[in-house]
Parts: sequence; structure tokens; C-alpha cells
Amino acid sequence: MDFGLSELQLSMQENVNRFLDEEASLDRVREFAASDHSLAEDIWTGLVNLGVVGVLVPEQYGGLGLSAMDAAVIGECLGNHVTPVPYLSTCVVAPRAIALAGSDAQKDEYLPKIADGSKTIGLALSEACAARGKNGASVRDGKLTGTVSFVSDPHADYWLLADRDRNLHVIAQGAQHLEVKVMPQVDRTRPLCELTLSDTPCDSLTNDGANVLERVLDVAWTTLAFDTLGAAQSMLDQAVEYAMNREQFNRVIASFQAVKHMCAEMAAEIEPSRSLLWYAGYALDEASDDAHLHACHAKAHMAEVGTFVARTATVVHGGMGFTDLLGLHYWFKRIGFNRQYLGGPEWLREQAAIAQNLAA
Amino acid sequence: MDLSYGPQYDTYRQELRDFIERHRDQAPRNAPLKSDPAKSWQKLLIEHGYTARTIPKEYGGHGGEPDLLKAQIIGEEFARAQVPGGLGGQGISMLVPTLLELGSEEQKRQFIPPTLAGEMVWCQGYSEPNAGSDLASLRTSAALDGDEWVINGSKIWTSTAHLADWIFCLVRTEPDAPKHQGISFLLFRMDTPGIEIRPLVDMTLAPNFNEVFFTDVRVPKEQIVGKRGEGWFVANAILGHERDSLGDPNATLSRMTRLIELMKEETIGNERIIDNPVYRDRLMKIQARVMSLRFNDLRVLSSRLNNTDARLPRMISKLQGTELRHELEGLAIDAMGETGLMYGASEFLRDGGSWQNQYMYFLGLIIGGGTSQIQKNIISERGLGMPREPKFDQSTTKTN
Repeated sequence: MDFGLSELQLSMQENVNRFLDEEASLDRVREFAASDHSLAEDIWTGLVNLGVVGVLVPEQYGGLGLSAMDAAVIGECLGNHVTPVPYLSTCVVAPRAIALAGSDAQKDEYLPKIADGSKTIGLALSEACAARGKNGASVRDGKLTGTVSFVSDPHADYWLLADRDRNLHVIAQGAQHLEVKVMPQVDRTRPLCELTLSDTPCDSLTNDGANVLERVLDVAWTTLAFDTLGAAQSMLDQAVEYAMNREQFNRVIASFQAVKHMCAEMAAEIEPSRSLLWYAGYALDEASDDAHLHACHAKAHMAEVGTFVARTATVVHGGMGFTDLLGLHYWFKRIGFNRQYLGGPEWLREQAAIAQNLAA
Repeated sequence: MDLSYGPQYDTYRQELRDFIERHRDQAPRNAPLKSDPAKSWQKLLIEHGYTARTIPKEYGGHGGEPDLLKAQIIGEEFARAQVPGGLGGQGISMLVPTLLELGSEEQKRQFIPPTLAGEMVWCQGYSEPNAGSDLASLRTSAALDGDEWVINGSKIWTSTAHLADWIFCLVRTEPDAPKHQGISFLLFRMDTPGIEIRPLVDMTLAPNFNEVFFTDVRVPKEQIVGKRGEGWFVANAILGHERDSLGDPNATLSRMTRLIELMKEETIGNERIIDNPVYRDRLMKIQARVMSLRFNDLRVLSSRLNNTDARLPRMISKLQGTELRHELEGLAIDAMGETGLMYGASEFLRDGGSWQNQYMYFLGLIIGGGTSQIQKNIISERGLGMPREPKFDQSTTKTN
């Protein structure tokens, strides 16, 4: 019986955190936010060298072949540092989907390029979960037509797209009859775009797309929850540190009960959520029957806790928390992004009810 | 990560399940303290090591080796079967662990066996009208007169005082010492002359609490646990035990299971409550929190087994466990609507009226055993390293 992170996971987190502390500071994040959002090559190369980028790629394709839980705890570090890289898409969801649904030729084509960091793959999955509007893409004669929104990574080399029948396809940047329109949004660490396709060539993953989609969404939700966990922990840490230094009425404000109780409430919400997320990651790796249920609950619950922490930690910082000067808003927005992206908490709780036959 | 307990524990769990099924009919339901069904159930559980498991045989326990996983399995299985485990009460859950740790050999032999057997019932004399969250400011005094302590003062929130044979009581024996160092931990009989008990009815209308008044109560001087002035240390050794037992996630999980059933049974208009998306969303929100606290508990267990740090997960469990339980019971009442108001000797009750009762009872637990606000002080100071509130004295209130 051991319910906790493994030695390997702890040392991976230590290494990734050390690298991000040094090379992906808030100043670097600001630089990315102000740029055209093309890949942050310096951070990406560092993550390639740490093996992070190929974490889920099987060893035979040059990756580390680690587990979903391993990938998720790395995601926690990236959320903690609001790191602007296409991790969820390129390093987690795409390799999982291609490894599960791709033919041997497709695996040979994409997986080595993911593992060595030479290609990135964005996600066009939003129409497949909690879809907004009437968008979506359909296949006709092996080509895709339609419009898909909230697609990650406008500068990606490829996108993984789920069509209206929940089958998966890979589309290349620069493909014929493909229009990419940036969708400016609040979290500038994870850019979004809209793709318009009209008989656009694609590489359809050949093995059972729909079933694979369900499984990769569970991994995506869990990884997003870990990203929020990391971001929320950072916000609490920053709030406590700020309160320990800021003086008013001749005392540090950390000595006021009103401030202490806000911080205690944040910790009291974060810690049990961490345990829920650990179980969700464990259930994914064990492929246990309740993996889907816990993935839904993990993302929904972490979204609620994240929202509470994001507003409370900001308030502890007083007026400074509201400014761009401190940059706390990068975490606030990261948490806000994770809440809506690939399904908000209300929708996910309904999925949790469906998983238990409590809703149709 | 490895959540299996191992094959020997799976066997242990199966044996326990079989035991519970075999003896389910003997389990007491609301049996009064010291009644035969309560005592014989307790005896049966001790014999099989399902309660008082690690307490040495010579003190009336089962004499088993400490085993955190067995203890966990016992908690899980009795909660799951909704069958009462061993006797609780403050004597068994608080005094016995204290005596085992800090009592004299004679005290252990005298008090532990009858307490475990359910023959000796205790109450706890800690809180006073002017010493609640600031317990260490308690004023009930004990002065030595020859071979006896002479006790004067009063206690409040004293559960089961009207049924108790004995009390374990914090009293001030060193009036000139700093407040934490002037307290002693005394044990005495509740039929000692000079003790007056007045019932204090709580909002559930059950006579759970009492006020207890002491007027020149004379107690043999050797009935003290630890030394004079060490009472605060002795009491804190067991406040930890109490806090761990409030808001038990296994019990909450059982209530959650029942709540789901209830929401399938109750209707609003012609619709089952579970089919109404608003109620269903509330249920799912609570379910995620029930799961979170259950895994939090598992994390604390794992940290004990593997010697890793889990201070914060431990510190938050009383705060979150009691708050969540209160909310869960409240959702059941909302699911029933006006039926949820039924109470007392009503033929319209669902589940024996337990939802209203527990809804109110857990509000009491949010306050008792260290209020939620005190818990937040502990979490912020000991968990997050934030400073204590400065002492309120003249120098800080003067204006320049």
C-alpha cells in the first residue's frame, strides 16, 4: 500500500521545476505572451533534453514510454510555472491517440518526431466535448470539411482533429484549403485558433477513433486538472509569501486572522483535491473501471477549487494582485482556461452522473 | 503507487465481511449504554479483534500487534455494512489512549478493562463557560487539602455527564503558573458529593450535553494522570485522537451511497429528484468532495505506513470532514423538501429522521472539538508557517 508519488515522479518534478525556475521565469512568460505565439524554442529544447517531451511516446519510437500519471505530474510543474508550451497537445494527447489509433506507418511517421521535439501537434477536439455552437468537421472522400474552433497551438506543425463521428485525423499546417484564424483569448500562455476546412487533405487514424477518443479525453482532463493543481499551489505560495512581507498597521498582514483564514481555506481545498487527482492518475494507468468517472470529477472539482484559489490568492495580494506589475494574473487566467477548455465543470459533472447511470 | 493491501489483508477483509454477515442480527441498534446487547456486542468484537485490537490483553483488549491496514479495513467494513463497530464514547476514544500513554500501571489496570467492556462510562470535563476555544484559560480550581483535592467551578458541553460513572477533568491546580502550566488532569467519580448536573438540551432536542457544577468536591490526591501542572500536555495527547475521529470519510461515504438511493426514491412533481439536473449537479459536486476526502484519508494512512510527510492532509481533515458532512445531510433534506422537515415521533419520517438529526448534529461538530475557525488558525500557523495573532495587551492598544 503506497498512495503517493514515486521516487521517479518526485525526481522528475524536481528536475523540471529547477529548469523552469531558471529558464522559464515570469519574464520569459511575458515575452511569449507579447510575441506572435510561435513555439518558445528555448524552453521547448530544454524540455526535450529533460525527456519531458517524449514522456508518453513508447520507447521503440524514441520516447520514455512512461505512464499517464508520470505525464500528469510533469503537467503539474508546467501549470505551477504557467509555462507557455504545447505540452498537453503534443506530449500527452497526440502521442496517446496516435499510439492507440494509428497504423504502424502512422506511428512511424509521427511518434519519433514528437519524441525528439522536432514537430508539434495541436488539438482540435473541442467539438467532441461540450461543443459550443454548430461547428464541426465531416469526412467526405477522405477529406475534411467544416469549421472547428478553440483549436490549440496556431503555429503547430500538425493538428489532431476529432470529426463529427468522433473519428480522429491528423491535418498538416499548410495543407491545401486550410484556413487558420487566431482566436485571441484571455490566457496568453496557450493560444487558440479556428480552422476552416474545405475538402482539406488529412491523414485519418485507422483504428477505432471513437473509442480511442474517450480514452484520450480522460487523459486530457486529468492532465488539465494537474495543470490547475500546480497553478493553484503556486498562487497559494505566492499569497502566503506576499502576506508574510507586506506590512500594514505595523504588522505583517499574515498575522491577521482574516488573511490567515483565506490562506488556510485555500490549503484545505487544494490538499484533498491533490489526493483526488492522484487517484484519477492511478486509475488511468490501472485502466480501472472507474477511471473515466474519476477523470471527470478530477477536472470538474479541480476547476472549482482552482477558481476559488485564483480569486482568493489575488485578493490576499490586495491592489497589487490586480495589476500587471506582479503578473499574478497569468496564473489566474491559466486556471480560467483549464476550467473551460475541453469541457467545463457543469458538463463534466453530468458526464460523471452518466458514468454512474444517474443520468441518461 | 500501489493501492492493494496485499493478499493477507484481502483475506482479513473477507473474514471480517463474513463475520459481520454472520453476526449482523446481534448488532445493537440504539442500545442504551451498559445494556446487555451493547456489552455483549463489544465483548464479541474484542474477542475477534475488531475493536480494542491493539490494547493489551491484561487491560481487557484483544492484544493484537499494531497494524494500520487492519485498523483501516475495520473502519471501512463496519461503515460499509452500516453496522456499529465497537463502543465509542469519550472514555474509550479519548481516555483509554491517554492512560495507555501517560497513565500509571495502577490506573491502567483499574480503569481500562471496565471502560473497554462498556461497564464504566466516562464524561470529559474540559470546556467551561469562559474557556471554549481558549481552553487553557479554564478556571475550575483544585486545591490540595491533606490527601484530597478540593474542586470548585463548573464545566459545560459535558456529553453523557448524566450517564457517566466517572469524569476525566482539567482543573487549575497552580493558580500562579502561566496558564498552560497550571493545569492538572484528574479522574473522579460522578457520584462524589458536591457535583450537580444540569441537562443542556441542544438543537437536535436530544439531551446530549450537560452543565456540571462542582462545590467542594473532594477527590483522593492520587487520582491524577501525569504530574501536577502537566494536565495541558496530557489533554493535548488525546485532543489529537478526537480530531482524527471527527468527520470520518468512511461514514460519509456510506451516507453518500444512501443519499443517491434517496434521490432515486424522492420525487418533485412527477420527476425523480435524481432526474432533475439542478439536484443532480449538487450531488455530483458533493460526490467529488467525498471522494477527495476519502483519498486524503488514504494518503494519511499511506504516509503513516511509509513514514512520509502528510501534515497538511491531516490538519484539514476535521475542518473539511465536518463541513462536508453537514452539507451532504443538508442536500438530503433539500431533496425531500417538506418531507425533510419531519422530525421526532413522526410516521412521515424517511430513514428514521436521521437526515435532519445529522444535519444539526454535524453543525455541532463543526463547532466542537476545535471550531472550524480554530482549525484554520492551526492550518495557517502550523501548516503554512504564518504568524500567530499578536498578544492583545496595553502596549499595542495605546495610541500615540
